[in-house]
Amino acid sequence: MSHQRRAVALISGGLDSMLAAKVVKEQGVQVEGINFFTGFCVEGHTHAIRRKGRERPKRNSALWSAEQVGIKLHIIDIVEEYKPILLNPQHGYGQHLNPCLDCKIFMISKALEWMEANRFDFIITGEVIGQRPMSQRKNVLPVVARQSGAEDRLLRPLCARNLPPTLPEREGWVNREQLLAFSGRSRKPQMALAQHYGFSDYAQPAGGCCFLTDRRYAEKLTDLWASRGERDYQMDDIMLLKVGRHLRPRPHFKLIIAREEGEGNFLAGYRRSYPHLTTTSHPGPLALIDGSLQQGDAELAARILARYSQGREAERVTVELVDHQREKRQLEVVPMTANEIAPEWQI
Amino acid sequence: MKTVTLNARHLLCPLPVIRLQQQVAELAAESRIEIICTDPGALQDIPAWCRIHGHRLLAVHEEEGELTLWVEVGNSGTPA
Ligand code: SF4
Repeated sequence: MSHQRRAVALISGGLDSMLAAKVVKEQGVQVEGINFFTGFCVEGHTHAIRRKGRERPKRNSALWSAEQVGIKLHIIDIVEEYKPILLNPQHGYGQHLNPCLDCKIFMISKALEWMEANRFDFIITGEVIGQRPMSQRKNVLPVVARQSGAEDRLLRPLCARNLPPTLPEREGWVNREQLLAFSGRSRKPQMALAQHYGFSDYAQPAGGCCFLTDRRYAEKLTDLWASRGERDYQMDDIMLLKVGRHLRPRPHFKLIIAREEGEGNFLAGYRRSYPHLTTTSHPGPLALIDGSLQQGDAELAARILARYSQGREAERVTVELVDHQREKRQLEVVPMTANEIAPEWQI
Repeated sequence: MKTVTLNARHLLCPLPVIRLQQQVAELAAESRIEIICTDPGALQDIPAWCRIHGHRLLAVHEEEGELTLWVEVGNSGTPA
């Protein structure tokens, strides 16, 4: 009896990777999923933070889709290793700060490492020729296979019949005839296959799987780099870019102001590491200060925060500032008017 | 058997799951882990992760915005 072959499937949480894993599993291959955490994954963060929309269950779509397919899922933290990919992509960026091609190559190379360490036989992805403008063009797929080192151990079950046979097909580990020949941007074939497998509630693939494809997020990240004079980031930085209203009234500091209770609770978790402001005379949001305050900045920051508090119409608002040394100071300020908040401060 | 406590407060999904996964990889079957989280997503994700890897979710407790979940390690041979 030939031994059961084992495949590791890259699971993003979207429909395509879920279908690709299922198609191969249906052929009797043992499939396990792998999902990479870069820190930029859309994965419910802002939803988890914000109170709005809490009636919907907050679940990790990669875990959820693995459970639908009936496979294990291993979530791997690649935050540190991902930095050079984002900061210096060999193949450049997509529409915003998304280095999709380098990212794909990197993730497949990590999957290859995992495959070898755990004695699996091949890798599966949900890529479809022509589905995405940058990373899924037909001439790009061989680049991904080659530069990741996976070569012909990389199987794309959803478009395999449009591509040369890979090792798992040639060796008969999977039956090529039962793989698919999807191509192009249409989602109809995927939706029909989802229906065939009884997958009804799946994450809708949007522009991409991470915040780097989001214009607003990319602008905030660019601003962060510009203000620090270097292109680098820590985990806290990239998490905080997902939350709150970001205002930079001076080049050397910005305010991160909670927009609602859920964000306030989340930002409260950072009070030990960031100077922060709260209004004490009136109810109002918490604001973290990222950067350093110079002469006159404390009052400026307090006046801005007062504008977003319930004391915005009051003559004076009391604001408490807790600085880097955790020392407290009270400031009595006149709230800014709407016109005084310069549009260019908004990041 | 000793219970290991994991502090996953202020970590957002999927980090609590990643921390749990790393801890489970170091423990023998039937060991117990107590994980404390503040991300409400953990209420969906940790049970889902336990189900697919064959670990047992023993109990969940929610108090003042903190979730505590108790997990018993199964025998699934899960790599980290
Ligand atoms: S959208 Fe983000 S995670 Fe997805 S391939 Fe592009 S850079 Fe990578």
